[in-house]
Amino acid sequence: MQWTEIIIFGILFLGVSGMGFVAARWRRPKDMEHLDEWGLGGRNFGGWITWFLIGGDLYTAYTFVAVPALVFGAGAMGFFAVPYTVVIYPMLFLVLIRLWSVSHKHGFVTPADFVRARFGSPTLALIIAITGIVATMPYIALQLVGIEAVLKSMGVSGHWPILVAFAILAAYTYQSGLRAPALIAFVKDVLIYIVILAAVIYIPMELGGWGVVFSDAAAKFDATANPGDGILLNANNQLQYATLALGSALALFLYPHSVTGVLASKNRGVIKRNMSALPAYSLLLGLIALLGFMAISAEITPIGTDMNTVVPNLFDKMFPDWFTGVAFAAIGIGALVPAAIMSIAASNLFTRNIYKEYLKKDASPAQEAKISKIVSLVVKVGAVLCILLLDPSFSIDLQLIGGVIILQTLPSVGIGLYTRWFHRGALITGWVAGMGMGLWMLYNISAPATATKAAKPHWAGSNFPLEKFGLDTKMTIYVGLVAVLVNVVVTVLATFVLKAMKTTDGADATARDDYFVDEGDKDVDTTDPEKEPVSST
Amino acid sequence: MTTRQPTPRSDRSPWNWLLIVPVVLPLLTFLFNSDEPRLFGFPLFYWLQLAFIAVGVATTTLVYQMTKKKGGE
Repeated sequence: MQWTEIIIFGILFLGVSGMGFVAARWRRPKDMEHLDEWGLGGRNFGGWITWFLIGGDLYTAYTFVAVPALVFGAGAMGFFAVPYTVVIYPMLFLVLIRLWSVSHKHGFVTPADFVRARFGSPTLALIIAITGIVATMPYIALQLVGIEAVLKSMGVSGHWPILVAFAILAAYTYQSGLRAPALIAFVKDVLIYIVILAAVIYIPMELGGWGVVFSDAAAKFDATANPGDGILLNANNQLQYATLALGSALALFLYPHSVTGVLASKNRGVIKRNMSALPAYSLLLGLIALLGFMAISAEITPIGTDMNTVVPNLFDKMFPDWFTGVAFAAIGIGALVPAAIMSIAASNLFTRNIYKEYLKKDASPAQEAKISKIVSLVVKVGAVLCILLLDPSFSIDLQLIGGVIILQTLPSVGIGLYTRWFHRGALITGWVAGMGMGLWMLYNISAPATATKAAKPHWAGSNFPLEKFGLDTKMTIYVGLVAVLVNVVVTVLATFVLKAMKTTDGADATARDDYFVDEGDKDVDTTDPEKEPVSST
Repeated sequence: MTTRQPTPRSDRSPWNWLLIVPVVLPLLTFLFNSDEPRLFGFPLFYWLQLAFIAVGVATTTLVYQMTKKKGGE
């Protein structure tokens, strides 16, 4: 047991949890019993809060632990996190402001709300909502994996600390809604920035400079039998690298929790400015990825076969105990912010697109807020069960599958923001095709046995060998991107067929100008009689 | 649903095309998949990709500034 580390970790963790409870009173809402308040923080966050919130949302504790672990194990391939988080912002620059405007105008809380209005199909919205909830659940579970890795390094074993941490998280999310992670995100980021800057300056100096770090890593990869690792890419994994970066970027924006962060901001300018400011986190992530090489150079070994303990062990070895405690607290708190936002997003989906749509059509805003609060507890119990009942490595596979399946909402949510041409039936057909393709490919990915792991015949990653398509090559490609291409092609073809057959299509409840409204426009909040007016200004 | 805006709004601007640069550049692995030249001990693969972050920031900032007045932003 590392007592100094545990005490510092405990103090910071509990202090931050206290903030979570107080957050309900932060930026005092007129009436907390409304989904716009509990689930979107009043739709009124400015540039700074949005930056911390989305940053805390997208760059999770799991990222901080798993990306360097991947770099530690495979080298250059793990660095895909950098191009992934570079391409995402320019790509979304114009898309998110459209989503924000149309959601602001119609009071949408979830991506499925948008789909329902755009394509006039509660069924399609239900599919989008379920896809979102299923994809988010393992993501929340993975945040626990991050905390668990830290606890292992401190010598704390067993599942009870995780249960305590999540009980606290569940309680203050219930109480404060989106305000809790927004407020905690400040502390989390300050701690993370301090720790990472200290790490990337201090650790390489101790190890003899960056040149040494990279050559130690190169020497390690040269010595392994695996042809896929190294500090550079090879001829066979470059396509995988680029498609994984692009596919992950597309998937990230489709996750309901990213949409929650975007919709909570107060105007279009906040979103646009954030697209320029959020890459500050990408730089941080790039530096964090390199911790994997530092761990090689410092001759760190993981605890058992759990690669996620590499970074905590590196901190433990290189830093004085008190600072390791701070670093561990940063990772632990880093898990709480996204876990809270994700569970809020998942419960909003349930409330808006399942409960209100199918179970209680006349639910009042207060009832909506109440249901969301309760569902947020259920979602967390589900995530905890994922961790307790499943092997941790399986939860990582689930997350991988989650990325592939959330991508299948791209035609409805992403492309749907630009065109209403797709037929609602075609979107459902395309979703089924993309889903089938994605799961078939994931199932057929196998991994050979290594020194530490047994062979895996199925579900062994997201890099699909093109030779299984009959191509004469050793190249691999990211499953998600292929699956979503199939989805789009099928959607287009089915739209032609359904239109030719003159099948009835849903009505579009949105108008062209809805995609350009901004804060303070007079015609907001009054149009759609089905939706209650939005309480924010 | 009636249209209440006298002139139709739009996000269109020639500046938006610039956004393609930081989307495509980081995906072209042949540009940076090399050890040399090194910068502060970093192989090209690492420092150039980190430098693309600056390209992304510069582009989005420029496009934001140039389109701010026009699009009703």
